[in-house]
Amino acid sequence: MLKQIEGSKAVAEAVALCRPEVICAYPISPQTHIVEALGEMVKSQRLSPCEYINVESEFAAMSVSIGASAAGARAYTATASQGLLFMTEAVYNAAGLGLPIVMTVANRAIGAPINIWNDHSDSLSQRDSGWMQLFAENNQEAVDLHIQAFRLAEELSMPIMVCMDGYILTHAFERVDIPSQEEVDAYLPPFEPRQVLDPSEPITIGAMVGPEAFMEVKYLAHAKQMQAIERIPELASEFRSVFGRENGGLVRTYRVEDAETVIVAMGSVIGTIKDVVDEMRDEGHRIGVLTIVSYRPFPLEQVRSALLHCKRFLVLEKSLAVGMGGILATDVRMAVTGAGLMGYTAIAGLGGRPIFKSQLHPLFRQAEKEELPPVTFLDLDWEAVNRQLERERQTRRSGPVAENILHDKGIVSAKFG
Amino acid sequence: MGFQPIKFYQTGTYTVGNRLLSPDQRSVQADEARSNSINSGHRACQGCGEALGARYAIDAAMAESHGQLIAVNATGCLEVFSTPYPESSWQVPWIHSVFGNAPAVATGIAAAMKVKGRTDVRVVAQGGDGGTTDIGFGCLSGMFERNDDVLYICYDNEAYMNTGVQRSSATPPAARTATTMPVGPEPGNPFGQGKNLPEIAMAHGIPYVATATVADLRDLEYKVRRAMRMHGARYIHLFVPCPLGWGTASHDTIRIARLAKESGLFPVFEAEHGEVTSVLKIRRKVGVEEYLLPQKRFAHLFGSHPHPEMVSRIQEIAERNIRKYGLLDEEAA
Amino acid sequence: MFQVRIHGRGGQGVVTAAEMLSIAAFEEGRHAQAFPSFGSERTGAPVVAFCRISDREIRTREPIVEADAVIIQDPTLLHQIAVFAGLKPEGYVLLNSRHSLEELGLGEFADAHEKGHFFSLPATEIGIRHIGRPIPNIPLLAGFAALSGLIRLESVIGAINARFKGKVASGNIAAAEEAYRLVKEASC
Repeated sequence: MLKQIEGSKAVAEAVALCRPEVICAYPISPQTHIVEALGEMVKSQRLSPCEYINVESEFAAMSVSIGASAAGARAYTATASQGLLFMTEAVYNAAGLGLPIVMTVANRAIGAPINIWNDHSDSLSQRDSGWMQLFAENNQEAVDLHIQAFRLAEELSMPIMVCMDGYILTHAFERVDIPSQEEVDAYLPPFEPRQVLDPSEPITIGAMVGPEAFMEVKYLAHAKQMQAIERIPELASEFRSVFGRENGGLVRTYRVEDAETVIVAMGSVIGTIKDVVDEMRDEGHRIGVLTIVSYRPFPLEQVRSALLHCKRFLVLEKSLAVGMGGILATDVRMAVTGAGLMGYTAIAGLGGRPIFKSQLHPLFRQAEKEELPPVTFLDLDWEAVNRQLERERQTRRSGPVAENILHDKGIVSAKFG
Repeated sequence: MGFQPIKFYQTGTYTVGNRLLSPDQRSVQADEARSNSINSGHRACQGCGEALGARYAIDAAMAESHGQLIAVNATGCLEVFSTPYPESSWQVPWIHSVFGNAPAVATGIAAAMKVKGRTDVRVVAQGGDGGTTDIGFGCLSGMFERNDDVLYICYDNEAYMNTGVQRSSATPPAARTATTMPVGPEPGNPFGQGKNLPEIAMAHGIPYVATATVADLRDLEYKVRRAMRMHGARYIHLFVPCPLGWGTASHDTIRIARLAKESGLFPVFEAEHGEVTSVLKIRRKVGVEEYLLPQKRFAHLFGSHPHPEMVSRIQEIAERNIRKYGLLDEEAA
Repeated sequence: MFQVRIHGRGGQGVVTAAEMLSIAAFEEGRHAQAFPSFGSERTGAPVVAFCRISDREIRTREPIVEADAVIIQDPTLLHQIAVFAGLKPEGYVLLNSRHSLEELGLGEFADAHEKGHFFSLPATEIGIRHIGRPIPNIPLLAGFAALSGLIRLESVIGAINARFKGKVASGNIAAAEEAYRLVKEASC
């Protein structure tokens, strides 16, 4: 059913349709609306049977999910930013134990300085945790990815993060087609665990594994994600046949046929990029877009074949590998090793810095002319940066960086409040 | 040889020998009905108090739940010595996640059982003092506060033994550990304010809190079974000497545990909904020296450079416990 | 694509107004995208929310720079924030005030824009009269429908019914109808 609905509410509806049996809730912006909506559904018994647990921390949220999943229940939680970091030990543990938990990450920056706005630093910090990570371009895709995620997670017995841009998607009201219970039931079978804590058949889960077997266990986690490379497109096409919509998959291309320049990105910024690409196409530029939907597993082959026919690509990413450059860009460059393409990285939108079309136009044109440095920081205030660097040269006790920058920029409140 | 009457306290231990009890009261290691939840062949040290305590606690929980039990384990000695790859001592469904989350994992299992209508299946979570009073404290408090249907058992051996005997918040004053060495003017662990987990558990108002020692296994079994007959969050704090960490003889584990109780340093009691309901009285009061002396971790209090002032401070702690919990009968005092 | 920016203060229902505008547009079968300024603003702090309305799928996620309309829920913001930034020459301005544009010192500014596109509406008073609370957002939405002709009053009422129930809904509908009528009559 088509609804004009907030992204978080839409995701809560989708999760509820997946019949989760245990939901762990801990508030952290910008994820909170999702678990609030689910809480109301459980309390009103619209979602039943389901245990909704208000835990005392994100660490507990993931830990309770681990227990529930190991006992054979379909488990769900949601988090963001500091919350994801706070639960990190349990995040790795869930993947190591092979428990198919689904978690929404409402992507948000990581402090310090504390910042509640969107970028991709949080889930990307969990790149190697063993969790799969699927990125939504819009709220319809966020809904659809959750349904696909439960199916994929349980098939492979591995956990999945569904990543959606905090605020930009979670708090946006837009048109979303919420599927029916019948459709979801037809697509998502009941959870049949590979391992379950059951007194009638006692097993030990989580034993210590020494050097003699640890490599094999870890390799199998990798092998699962390689299987996911096969299954993700199949599940997306099966999804299309049930729901009549195309969402998910490993990668998507937009106007890349004959494109000489391809912009590579993940998440909601794809929408803005597509608008810019359309405008540039109208002016005769041969430019296209490659959307990474599945960040983990990373579809090396699909990325390579999507880029192989272009001359250059620009990875625009909302994350920064401090001391190195791009995080996503590293993977993309790995995919096209030896292909002889020019590759550029643009770090943009950190901590919720808006990304305007008016900034993307010149950036893409510079990429087209191969005039960009290897790494560009979009909309960086060099004056403020240089002033701080100078201050640090001048005096030993230069004080806290964040406060100095705020002072220099004279920010009381942003231009529009 | 003629008839030799058996004296009740013939061994001088003030315990009742098994053979003096009627068969139904006897504690039998190798009873056919025993579930042997933690089977033989594990890698615990000789005289490990935790292995003994866990065996009795989990078997009692198994008996009371008619075999419908799931166990959770925090990282620690018990977890490591019971599951050396590729073997497991556990004959119950058992899960280990990480160090600090056993109470939360247990909450998840209890929730799963509830949602599936398996109310017959019960959940026990267990951890050492480090996993309980330190790193798992937040999760434990959350589980208590929500009154989740979990029995949590803390095996308290008063330090991080798994990592090589480092101080925890359950380490007693003056004790030597690898991070509180017996050097300097105030050797050993500082006299802090302590962190009384049973009382903290009681402050949550949960249905049942009890303490026990491995010196009285029947009392432990009774308390586990009692706890298992209740629902909601329950907590048992079990005193388990560690020969390796404490520097005691392997054959002295039971004796040391008994001395902890008889000295008043470890009060043994039960509490319901935040109120103490029963106390195991001291049968023959001993001074703390009798408890401290056999333990190498307290050796620096005695010997050539003794610290009698520290011993008396420890005695004060014992006296405070005795007053607070009423551990002495009028006549025994 | 028609882009609306709504300024107000925390507690005035700024974000709700943008969301309801998007619902009203959705009821007319159009695409709409509403989003807040993503702050952690508390009650009384300046808040801004956005709404895009289009007949095609809306893909862009940038904040609204060029506004086709600006709704100002609190006139004290005029001196605090560049509320008219990016307003198109043919853009609409709807301001919550008992005072006329001239009294607010906006006469000249309004004259420089398209005639009949600026309006001052006593939305707080309408809110108090019908809902018993000084919440101006719904009267302003209805006023905006009348001023711009972008959406119909029925769609605003539809959005009200989608959001509220019982007396709150009927009070809001009465407030919307009065505001709509006021603006319509004045522009005739």
